[in-house]
Amino acid sequence: MADAVATDTRTRSEPGFFRRNKLAIAPWIFLIPALIFFAIYVVIPIFESLWLSLYQWNGLYDADGNSTAVWVGFDNYVRLWSDPNFWTSLRNNIAWLVLYMLAVPAGLFIALFLNQTVTGMRFYKSMFFFPFVISQVVVGLIFGWFYNPDFGVVGTVWKAIFCEETTNILGNTTFRCERPVPDILSSEQWATYGIIAAGLWPQIAYCMILYLTGLNNVAADQIEAARLDGAKGWKMLWYVVVPQLKPATFIAVVVTVIGALRSFDMIAIMTQGGPFGSTNVLSHYMFEVAISEYGERYGYGSSIATVLFGIMLIFISYFLWRMYQDEKGGR
Amino acid sequence: MFLNLKTAVAAIALSAVAGTAFARDLVINFDDLNPGPKKGFEDAVEKFKAENPDINVIVNINDREAHKTAIRNFLTADAPDVTSWYPGNRMAPFVDAGLFQPVDDVWEENGFNEDLAAIKATMSRDGKIWGVPYSYYQWGIYYRKDIFDLLELEEPQTWDELLAACGKMKENGVTPFTIGTKFLWTAAGVFDYINLRTNGYDVHNALTAGEIKYTDPRIVATFENWETLINECGFVDNHASMSWQDAIAPFANGDAAMYVMGNFSVDGYKNAGLTEDQIDFMPFPTINPDVPRAEEAPADAFFIPTNAKNVEDAKKWLAFVARPDVQTQWNKTIGQLPINSKADISDDKFIQQGFELLNSATGLAQFYDRDAPAAMAKAGMEGFQEFMLDTSKKMDILQRLDEVQAEVY
Repeated sequence: MADAVATDTRTRSEPGFFRRNKLAIAPWIFLIPALIFFAIYVVIPIFESLWLSLYQWNGLYDADGNSTAVWVGFDNYVRLWSDPNFWTSLRNNIAWLVLYMLAVPAGLFIALFLNQTVTGMRFYKSMFFFPFVISQVVVGLIFGWFYNPDFGVVGTVWKAIFCEETTNILGNTTFRCERPVPDILSSEQWATYGIIAAGLWPQIAYCMILYLTGLNNVAADQIEAARLDGAKGWKMLWYVVVPQLKPATFIAVVVTVIGALRSFDMIAIMTQGGPFGSTNVLSHYMFEVAISEYGERYGYGSSIATVLFGIMLIFISYFLWRMYQDEKGGR
Repeated sequence: MFLNLKTAVAAIALSAVAGTAFARDLVINFDDLNPGPKKGFEDAVEKFKAENPDINVIVNINDREAHKTAIRNFLTADAPDVTSWYPGNRMAPFVDAGLFQPVDDVWEENGFNEDLAAIKATMSRDGKIWGVPYSYYQWGIYYRKDIFDLLELEEPQTWDELLAACGKMKENGVTPFTIGTKFLWTAAGVFDYINLRTNGYDVHNALTAGEIKYTDPRIVATFENWETLINECGFVDNHASMSWQDAIAPFANGDAAMYVMGNFSVDGYKNAGLTEDQIDFMPFPTINPDVPRAEEAPADAFFIPTNAKNVEDAKKWLAFVARPDVQTQWNKTIGQLPINSKADISDDKFIQQGFELLNSATGLAQFYDRDAPAAMAKAGMEGFQEFMLDTSKKMDILQRLDEVQAEVY
């Protein structure tokens, strides 16, 4: 570019620089507003938190406005290594990643099931899509009540089977149970799975809608041909339909991976990372350490954010690389 | 939300005129929008204005959680002349960052060293006093008097009496204690009390100051007593999925008979349909008779930021809020206890019992999560909850807390 400008001034100044490079410059002009905001709200904060992760800081400035941060180098990362809560969170993140993947096949099967012409199908489709439309916070609340051992569905059903209704010392109605009602969200072993199950509900709907659009594009003649060749059932699905759904599968996997890694709302609503930190994931643990009432350790929180960023970067670079390859192949 | 917006607009308008306004503006940031506390504060402000007509008092009231976030900014960026905050370790980060100024002279001039003696240690850090408290409340055991009467139980004075009473309750199908540990801090109340009764105030302070370990034999003894309480008395099932308000349900239904709580919970019992005759208050029983009795009494206070513009009038306000007549009126409105020993109290039975209790105490603890630094408090309270769910993990938990302690302090 600099060369172009230089030659331009030396030779005739007849067509202006902007005029000649219109095609090259125009996209940048349109991109500038987005780039500025992207830089301010995404790129610069990433570097800031990388930088902050090398400090110990409680988020306060002194009376003159100077930061009270203290440089500690890689101390925060050393502490992360020996922090059991960090490993619990990381393990839970992996559980989320693995189990969240169930949304992809589940979404596919529901899509196949809904991909038929029956009266009122639009209505059923929108019912299945409904959980994706409502806010994650609402989903979390609903499932929180669902699991509640006192007044939730789980508790009520359990009481109907294993408990008998009696009156207590004051003559009020109460329940006496052979086995205590399962308290899913307060159990160290089950709480994470309980939340993942809640998270799957909207995620399956999302994958389903992706596959429904994908199924519209499945070539009817290929199905026909395969049928003539005697393919049916699973074979038809696996060898004829699924390969044609590859683009939809790719997007479904991408959104599911990202959804699993940034699972935060459900945990914040349903358990706040409890009982005793056993349902934390990295994003929530970071929040807890840095911003919540008992946090105020911004440096340490930033180091968790950095680790999460690293993990995400692996997936995102792979996806970007894949997309780049596809684009190249398509050209 | 609307109120927040209003205060925000007011704050912006304020900062716009602040430069030109005369020097007698006094800006006070307060942290409670609930009707009772808000009225108590506003009434006090009116009285202060009437007594000091030359001071133009400007008030910003925010809700509690928003205040906790906002104070971290406004102390540096746009400091008021006075702000409400909490003593103990909660004030420590701001004191250490040099964001509050010491007010020893206010205490000296107004005789607070005597009148507010019980709370002085809590308001101090690095040998200086940093604020003036206006209210506190007692903790203890709230119990169902009707159940106690039915079982012919007296208020247990000692640990053995408590365990015996629990035995009788369980025989009759009553769970002795209710609690909701979902938000963790309720468990810290139980821990604090057993610790205060087993080891006393000094050990509580030494523990929360990081001077003794969690595996120290004295703390282990506290946990052993707690284990006894869990096994022989017992708490309601599913407490880990309940908030403190949820835990009122079994109490109100008569399934559970006792609740280790702060006095703010009385409103909750009454809203759940219980009458004053059905509920009563008792101090947590003695465990070790040689330990002088200390109580939990979290206080609310006012502080002067270092960047305050009108320090002179801010100190007038601080002297004002601790005056006996002001504290009497204020605490009647909000249903809490005045700290000034010369103040009067309302004739509410819980307030009267609390006043008697706290005035005869040898030490006042703030609360585990106000006395211990944030990171320690979080880990500690998670440990307490885990212990309550599975007492066999006791030593593992204590060892882990030792590790956290080593890192935090």
